Amino acid sequence: MAYADQAEREAVHEPTGFVRRYIWSQDHKVIAVQYALTAIFVGLVALVLSALMRLQIGFPGSLGFMDPSAYYQAMTMHGMIMVIYLLTALFLGGFGNYLIPLMVGARDMVFPYLNMLSYWFYLLSVLVLLASFFVPGGPSGAGWTLYPPQAITAGTPGSEWGIVLMLVSLAIFIVAATMGGLNYVTTVLQARTHGMTLFRMPLTVWGIFMATVLALLAFPALFVSAVMMLFDRLLGTSFFMPEMVLLGQQSEHSGGSPILFQHLFWFFGHPEVYIVALPAFGLVSDLISVHARKKIFGYRMMVWAIVVIGVLSFVVWAHHMYVSGMNPYFGFFFATTTLVIAVPTALKVYNWVLTIWRGDIRLTVPMLFALAFILTFLVGGLTGLFLGNVIVDIPLSDTYFVVAHFHMVMGVAPILVVFGAIYHWFPKITGRMLDDRLGKLHFWITFLGTYAIYFPMHYLGFLGMPRRYYNYDGYEFIPQSAHDLNAFITVAALIVGVAQLVFLFNLFHSAFRGRRSGPNPWRAASLEWQTPQTPPAHGNWGAKLPVVYRWAYDYSVPGEKQDFIPQTVAPQELQGPGIEPESEVKR
Amino acid sequence: MNELPLSGFRDNALPSEREGRGTAIAGMRIFLTVVTMLFLLLLIAFLARSQGGDWRSLSDPTAPLSRPWLLWINSLLLGLGCLALQWARVAGRHGQRGESLVAFWLGGLCTLGFIFGQLGAWWQFELWGYGVAANPASSFFYLLTGLHGLHLVGGLLVWGLTLRGFSRGRAPARLQLRVELCAIYWHYLLALWLLLFLVLSSPPGVYSVIAALCGLG
Repeated sequence: MAYADQAEREAVHEPTGFVRRYIWSQDHKVIAVQYALTAIFVGLVALVLSALMRLQIGFPGSLGFMDPSAYYQAMTMHGMIMVIYLLTALFLGGFGNYLIPLMVGARDMVFPYLNMLSYWFYLLSVLVLLASFFVPGGPSGAGWTLYPPQAITAGTPGSEWGIVLMLVSLAIFIVAATMGGLNYVTTVLQARTHGMTLFRMPLTVWGIFMATVLALLAFPALFVSAVMMLFDRLLGTSFFMPEMVLLGQQSEHSGGSPILFQHLFWFFGHPEVYIVALPAFGLVSDLISVHARKKIFGYRMMVWAIVVIGVLSFVVWAHHMYVSGMNPYFGFFFATTTLVIAVPTALKVYNWVLTIWRGDIRLTVPMLFALAFILTFLVGGLTGLFLGNVIVDIPLSDTYFVVAHFHMVMGVAPILVVFGAIYHWFPKITGRMLDDRLGKLHFWITFLGTYAIYFPMHYLGFLGMPRRYYNYDGYEFIPQSAHDLNAFITVAALIVGVAQLVFLFNLFHSAFRGRRSGPNPWRAASLEWQTPQTPPAHGNWGAKLPVVYRWAYDYSVPGEKQDFIPQTVAPQELQGPGIEPESEVKR
Repeated sequence: MNELPLSGFRDNALPSEREGRGTAIAGMRIFLTVVTMLFLLLLIAFLARSQGGDWRSLSDPTAPLSRPWLLWINSLLLGLGCLALQWARVAGRHGQRGESLVAFWLGGLCTLGFIFGQLGAWWQFELWGYGVAANPASSFFYLLTGLHGLHLVGGLLVWGLTLRGFSRGRAPARLQLRVELCAIYWHYLLALWLLLFLVLSSPPGVYSVIAALCGLG
């Protein structure tokens, strides 16, 4: 391959000095790592909170400080941190930032300064949220959905300051997400390199792109609910707060509608599921294709499925509200749309399986996590079909079945992809491999452990064990076997929690001492593996920008010397025609 | 594809001025879509909440918006601000930098006038007993005008940075792009304000009908 000598031009001059390079940086790769480290840190806080909750449920009274208020505060903070501050931030701010410019052949995001501000606003939102642990009354204990009137009514833990900090933190997070989102969408639309058509983009970019569109359109609903609830809490308005009598005293509010909050919250909340899931779908598609050495099955179908899922995710929100009371026709409508969204989702699962079918499967650590994702997403998705039906949802809604469902589909499944993707792209980020044996140990404990946690919860749900309770002693309808199962789940959860230390050790140890990876250890075809330096330098591509001639999935092409063809290889350099999605259609 | 090199890499091509402008305007359009979503949801919440029994319309004969002369003056100021920014945009396109700067100044000053006018309207509301918590209708008035005003304040920050660019003699093309972006943003916020004004000052019958049509009644 020939390279012309051409000096870097002014706009891509590399920053000098530690602060400009690593702290106050406008480089998308540094910002991605900043996002990821912050998200992992705050995720660890949420992990510890879940361990404390599980100790209370499995072994009631074992923690002296765990009273009902502390339990609800731990539950609220755990949920909010995991969904918003870990998963959303990691997928969009972490993977989105790192991979979009590299995968589309850009030098950076199109608005680097805004991108930098996005991270600092995110960090501020995390600090404001964590500050609620230290204010009088502690953090909010209203549950992660923050339903009024509970959330701001006296007597609820954190109803004085905790909830205020939570709402302010969410508002700041949304500002950060909007600044980042504008970058991701505009970069995909405007900064693709020559030859990188939309239908040559890797599915990772498609997943993150569509998730960002959802975030830009759905986060305003959370912003509106947060601001209106802040008005209710601080200024005494009655947007959501109804008339109430508290301890014999008439409240200052009247006429507000808690249901209005629920509609706004879930108008954000359901797309949020896909803000997390769509990037996971994209990332896992790329992992499967690379590690099965096979072109992704039905690329165009996969792209359209991502788009259709994104659109449909805006018309299913009220399936979270069946028990709040609604017109039966509305229930029917939302149950129908919920079942319809299962069609493109199932299509993606079939296509992953068909990609693996007769592939040259390499059971690397990223592939193990990818395969585990398919299984877990299948389990979580199928229980979603149960809960999407009004008549099944109503008796199960307040039980551990729901806890099992959403942890499988929205907790474990995406986090398995996060792990798989970190193991996969770590060599590009650091130039070193993560340790394989530690990776496999981490995988098996995490995978089997999470099944040990959540499979039994489905059964507990069928038994009718209510969720959200602080203590289950003295409820006659809960058999002893359920208590034993709870103790078992707690032990499994603690083991899984501790196993994450193996991952953290591997992450930090390998970053400095890991085996050198070379530029393309997985022999992958997509653009990020073709950078002149590994890790990529500032500006990503050196003096010349890449030119793209094909999609990112030319694996095991018959008649070719290598079992992969990088996107930058011109047709004239090949023995045969390669495989493009267009040629699939022609056949 | 024939003109492309075999190597798969081509000479460094930084975005041209035209491409850079296209990117900035695309980013602005996407941002305005987000703002539209924000206010659309607020208006839906407004419609839904307005169907409560405790709603006292702001356009009732004794309410502040029965004769909203101050808001008309404010609207006029914002309209003038938009016209001035459009003037700055067109003058800049024709290379009349001095004229563009004067018009740009004027646009920002009119907008400052609008914001102080809106604060005056808040003060008037308080005097009439329509404080933020007095009634859900006035709560929405403060919320909607406040968020709209905050968006304008954000725009004024960029306006201030652009003025600083003028005074420091930044590249004309870059300044012209900022002036254009400001003009687009201001036009959007004027249209948004007129919609909010219309909704807030409409008689309750109007939005009852809209709410019923939306299934919110």
